[in-house]
Amino acid sequence: MCLAIPGLVLERFDGPGGLPFGNVRFGAVRREVCLAYVPEAGVGDYVIVHVGFAIQRLDEAAARETLRLIGAGA
Amino acid sequence: MADASCPVPFSTYERVVLAHGGGGRVMHRLIDELFLAAFGADPLRAQHDGAVIEVSGLLAVTTDAFTVRPLVFPGGDIGSLAVHGTVNDLVCCGATPTQMTVSFILEEGLALERLRAIVGSMAAAAREVGLTIVAGDTKVVERGKGDGVFISATGLGRVITPGPLSPSRVRPGDAVLVTGPVGDHGVAVMLEREGLSVDTVGDFVSDAASCLPQLRALLDAGVDLRCLRDPTRGGLATVLNEIARAAEVGVHLDDAAVPVRAEVRDACELLGLDPLYVACEGRLVVFVPEPDAPAALAALRATPGSEGAARVGAVTREHAGLVMAASSFGTTRVLDLLSGEQLPRIC
Amino acid sequence: MRWVDEFRDPAAARRLADGIATAMTRPWTVMEICGGQTHTIARYGIEDLLPEGLTLLHGPGCPVCVTPLEIIEAARALALRKGVVVCSFGDMLRVPGARGDLLDARSRGGDVRVVLSPLDAVQLAARDPSQHYVLFGVGFETTAPATAMAAELARRLDLDNFSLLTSHVRVPPAMAQLLSDPEGHIDGFLAAGHVCAVEGLADYPAIAARFGAPIVITGFEPVDILDGLLRCVLQLEAGRHEVENQYARAVRADGNPAARATVDAVFEVVDAPWRGLGVVKEGGLAMRSSWARFDARRRFDLTVAPADEPTTCRSGLVLTGRLLPTQCPEFGRGCDPDRPLGAPMVSTEGACAAYYQFRRSAIEERA
Repeated sequence: MCLAIPGLVLERFDGPGGLPFGNVRFGAVRREVCLAYVPEAGVGDYVIVHVGFAIQRLDEAAARETLRLIGAGA
Repeated sequence: MADASCPVPFSTYERVVLAHGGGGRVMHRLIDELFLAAFGADPLRAQHDGAVIEVSGLLAVTTDAFTVRPLVFPGGDIGSLAVHGTVNDLVCCGATPTQMTVSFILEEGLALERLRAIVGSMAAAAREVGLTIVAGDTKVVERGKGDGVFISATGLGRVITPGPLSPSRVRPGDAVLVTGPVGDHGVAVMLEREGLSVDTVGDFVSDAASCLPQLRALLDAGVDLRCLRDPTRGGLATVLNEIARAAEVGVHLDDAAVPVRAEVRDACELLGLDPLYVACEGRLVVFVPEPDAPAALAALRATPGSEGAARVGAVTREHAGLVMAASSFGTTRVLDLLSGEQLPRIC
Repeated sequence: MRWVDEFRDPAAARRLADGIATAMTRPWTVMEICGGQTHTIARYGIEDLLPEGLTLLHGPGCPVCVTPLEIIEAARALALRKGVVVCSFGDMLRVPGARGDLLDARSRGGDVRVVLSPLDAVQLAARDPSQHYVLFGVGFETTAPATAMAAELARRLDLDNFSLLTSHVRVPPAMAQLLSDPEGHIDGFLAAGHVCAVEGLADYPAIAARFGAPIVITGFEPVDILDGLLRCVLQLEAGRHEVENQYARAVRADGNPAARATVDAVFEVVDAPWRGLGVVKEGGLAMRSSWARFDARRRFDLTVAPADEPTTCRSGLVLTGRLLPTQCPEFGRGCDPDRPLGAPMVSTEGACAAYYQFRRSAIEERA
């Protein structure tokens, strides 16, 4: 369940109702994403996005560690 | 002073009104000033009830209805789409298109400028392949009863292949090719729809185009064509299933070999769609005997628009009626028909 | 870091699969409880890479599929009311209720729209005061924060023409219920990574300890799944039953506290029916009475009477791991994705539909 994909925060802005939003890029597509749940995410961070919400900031060190453990190239 | 008696001259309408389908002067002016001006064919100018055409040899006939939302999308509009769709169906019959008839169902309120643009791109697409629009009809439905424009078209073509093209000629061992990357049309149209709130960074243009050059290239290369299909609704996966069922063969698809542009892949990941099921409007799936595959591929890749042609699979005796997709992991799965249209998903 | 491609590397997948085969000394059964993982397993044919002795059970991991029939009927009834627009996710539209799905309601004149985000529904309502917009919000803990924020945004915008019909469920209580089934035989779990991205790990140590089952929080790419399975098998072989986090790039131990706070403000934990499982203790979320203004059930005075699944559907057995989809006598005969008898045949995330779509050869082999 819960299709969520990684995207790159391009900019942050105040959206409707004063909620923090960001322009988030997923390769060749971009959409406005609510950043209310990742207050720490800044421009240049990768976040994981589900139904228009960033639900976590992705942790690059943790990703590299997982790849190192399984011996895959990062 | 041609129209002193006309209470409302044509030129004051900026949008389609019911009178444009009413059979009176308003309708005739629409036909003269918009349709005839664009299509300009003699049989059409005769303004008779139908066209009389001379036929020799084998004739291919196809009929299709076109609806698309939005009416104009990157890379085309419903007018060019109606021509390309009709042409490609004729191409799949091994024919070069010759004549076409069209009927328009217009929704009251459609901007006439928009209609003029649609008719213009239809005429241009027809000219490109030497297709003459020989008969037409216009009806107007009340506002809210249509989606701007519906186009229904019938195409005629002269068969130019030495033999018939048909699923029944597909044999185990045949190679399966596609004439370019898949999914561009469906994704380009979906991203334009209101309410999806998705912006694009990369290049999203419909692949809608005539596939006549591809047919000619394959014939010029002396390839023995077994079957051609255009993967429109339901995309590549659906067409392969249709052929597998009709020909009672299996189709083995190499997932990793299917060309999908990175942009299309990104959009599909975001929307939760499988590009194998997304529509193309300017691609062909080509079945040829294995020994002819290299020549067919070379001929396609030398044809503008098909530089990205690829061999994607093979016909098998096993798994008759099924499409088996091999993953990059060396595993296989059944690639089934979908229940309906793909919808953006959350899970 | 491209975040995705690295985790689809066939060479890494093969190494992990070999690792699983080497580690196994006896048969094990592991359940994943996330439709995204089920989808990946089917799409990449992961089961073909695994040793014979490792059985994967596909749990009730499709949130749209576990939405009870009666809620779908309520959504259909709302859609058919004049002046009401029902907004939901694309995959919700084809899930049948007792009498039909939302696409059927649309064909009968109901106004049903697909949204990619709950906030899109709020914005539709803000732009069009002439109609009442209902967000039909479903999903696991991953999606509940988005639904909760839709309610919060509607409150901030003081909208009178927006409300929510929700059917949010909680995964850990369902896992506990599945493990406590005396006829079940689940040795370990792959837990749903994106649920944990919100909820964190706190719920799992007690479940792992109580049932002696390892729980590995796992991601969604094929390499993630194989890594999760390897970690699970290594624990089982060593007699351990710990909570392990394979999906550390997205899951922190405390999850996402900001998201949980908004969910807690809008929802309270309740016993809730899961389609195919029955009522799960503390298995769902209901809107708090303080949000009555935005609760469609209260605004429209909806009666949501429980409806029964067709008796020939064995989804309960499938979802609890007592029956493989292909072992069901109705599979591919009386039940397929066009005419689903029960929830798991509905979307490609459903256990039965995943088998049907990707592994239909099993029917031919059996016939």
